Amino acid sequence: MRFITEFRRPELAEGLISQIHHKSKTAVRLMEFCGGHTVTIFRYGIRQALPKTLEMVSGPGCPVCVTANADLDKAIALSQIPDVIITTFGDMLKVPGSYSSLQEAKASGADVRVVYSTMDALKIAEENPDKSVVFLGIGFETTAPTIAASILMAQDKGIQNYHVLSLHKLCPPAIRAILDCGEVRLQGLICPGHVSVIIGSHPWESVARDYNIPCVISGFEPLDILQCISMLVAQVEKGESRVEIAYRRGVHPEGNREALKIMEQVFEPCPAQWRGMGEIPGSGLKLRGKYRHFDAELVFSIVPEPACEPEGCICGDILRGVKTPTDCLLFGKVCTPEHPVGPCMVSSEGSCSAYYLYGGSFGE
Amino acid sequence: MENRILLTHGSGGKLAHELVEKSFVKALANPLLAKLDDSAVFDLSGKLAFTTDSHVVSPIFYPGGDIGKLAVCGTVNDLAMSGAKPLYLSLAFIIEEGLLQDELDKIVNSIQKATKEAEVEIVTGDTKVVNRGSADKLFINTAGVGIIPQGVNISGSNARPGDKVILSGTIGEHGIAVLSQRQGLSFSTQLESDLAPLGSLVADMLAVSHNIHCLRDPTRGGLATILNELAEQSKVSIRINEEKIPVREEVLAACEMLGLDPLYIANEGKLVAIVPALDATKVLKAMRGNHYGKSAAVIGEVRAENPGRVIMKTSLGTSRIIDMLVGDPLPRIC
Repeated sequence: MRFITEFRRPELAEGLISQIHHKSKTAVRLMEFCGGHTVTIFRYGIRQALPKTLEMVSGPGCPVCVTANADLDKAIALSQIPDVIITTFGDMLKVPGSYSSLQEAKASGADVRVVYSTMDALKIAEENPDKSVVFLGIGFETTAPTIAASILMAQDKGIQNYHVLSLHKLCPPAIRAILDCGEVRLQGLICPGHVSVIIGSHPWESVARDYNIPCVISGFEPLDILQCISMLVAQVEKGESRVEIAYRRGVHPEGNREALKIMEQVFEPCPAQWRGMGEIPGSGLKLRGKYRHFDAELVFSIVPEPACEPEGCICGDILRGVKTPTDCLLFGKVCTPEHPVGPCMVSSEGSCSAYYLYGGSFGE
Repeated sequence: MENRILLTHGSGGKLAHELVEKSFVKALANPLLAKLDDSAVFDLSGKLAFTTDSHVVSPIFYPGGDIGKLAVCGTVNDLAMSGAKPLYLSLAFIIEEGLLQDELDKIVNSIQKATKEAEVEIVTGDTKVVNRGSADKLFINTAGVGIIPQGVNISGSNARPGDKVILSGTIGEHGIAVLSQRQGLSFSTQLESDLAPLGSLVADMLAVSHNIHCLRDPTRGGLATILNELAEQSKVSIRINEEKIPVREEVLAACEMLGLDPLYIANEGKLVAIVPALDATKVLKAMRGNHYGKSAAVIGEVRAENPGRVIMKTSLGTSRIIDMLVGDPLPRIC
């Protein structure tokens, strides 16, 4: 089976679009939580194809975007310590913190290296025994297990100079926070695909029940998204609020048990700061006591300057779905992908970047 | 012990002469180069095209090519995109000390093969060796001259409303092949770089039409970026159709995995031609008759409204703006 072209077939898309038009009667607002979904929706101009009854809003599902400035400042402060090598996923490099970015720190001499997997970071630690290697643990449930695995491997191999700055975030608590504060009234959720590959569909059950909201897990191809929207619309019209999976080829209701096991073994939930949403209880992951010697925050004492936000940037409101990028006075003028002011313009999964690059709707 | 390039190889002394004689002049033999004067001296008449390009690709060997072949094809293709027949190239190396002599020989050998295929000659060159850490193994600069046939006027500002946009083949292979070999990102793929000299393809196209308006090779920044350049330079809009753009399934798969868009991935053996609608069919036919244009396709057309914009009709029938590449395409986190 072709896993890509098969899920982009125009004739099937057409069928799903007409199904959605046919079924949708009630005006509703749906949120795609995940930045990857936002990108697909824009890349394929899906908003243009939907009936007027459906309003789509983008959620906070971009790990780079939701990282608080105070946490970014910590990472930058760590990079200033002599003999520390910072290893990070490339997306983080350009994100402006309160005063600087990792990219600027690198240009001024800090040893910052882009890696594509935690195992590469571990290898750098092995190759540089006289230095300390800090991996920036940014990401959702998708990346947390790989970081847990790297810690277990470091433990196994007795690698002492590998540390993790754990800034991980958990998705279900964030969705609950958005629904709790009630700023945006939502009638349906497109639940994250890759995250659900790990956590399964069960964690969404209580969200659907507690908030009376249809939840459908989607993949990242245009047909996945259209299928998901069609299922959400069907639930809305029938007055149901259940969890369904529109991404069966990736998501099992139980999730990935192995991954969950090592995550549980290495991390425990903790409160976490989200950009735009403040502190959300139980939405972060910190290293359990047994692994504290891998925790960069405990090993290095860093006291960054108090964090501040760039003036005029509304990334926080955009992440909550309260505003859209075009509401921002900086968008496209002061803030562009070349000169980003806020993180949503930096990350390839950020809403502002998707709006900017794909131009929103541009009907014939 | 393996032979390595030393700082003294770049000093201009005996070792340097030996390196030039043994490694370069012998492999790239031609009468102009063999003279070893300070400059290559030759006669040329007509309208000339002159270009230069520096190559710093990492890794220096990748599936389907290496930095040597790239250095030749890059400059040959830049000349060809002006409609010129590429003739003579210069070749300058900046070598990091410690490079294996074997690796250098392999690269010179591949330069030789590429010049033969492209029917060009290396007529002058230079070698510098720098301290370890001051370069990444090997950088190569090439410059080239070529002659533009009479009556040919190709420029990025020549696109006119109504013109057809032709792409010479599938996109994204070079960028993905190179990425697949990057340290830390190694993933297995059958893909090879599309690296190729395009002089013969352009000659075949010019043989059927002297009315080609624009030619450009979608290298760094990919198809999306060069279409934007052309739209901007010509003050027109370009409408393309996603379904018409040939992309191999392996490229699509790698892009999905990494969170990249094939439209922004580099190519090294492809070109985009903008031609008057009347000539489109014969140019397309000529392209398909050449080895490097076998899967050429008309992917869109030039319009007058919204000058500077590139707009794509997606496979779902909706449309969206295609912008230039911003920064480096980075693999995603989640």
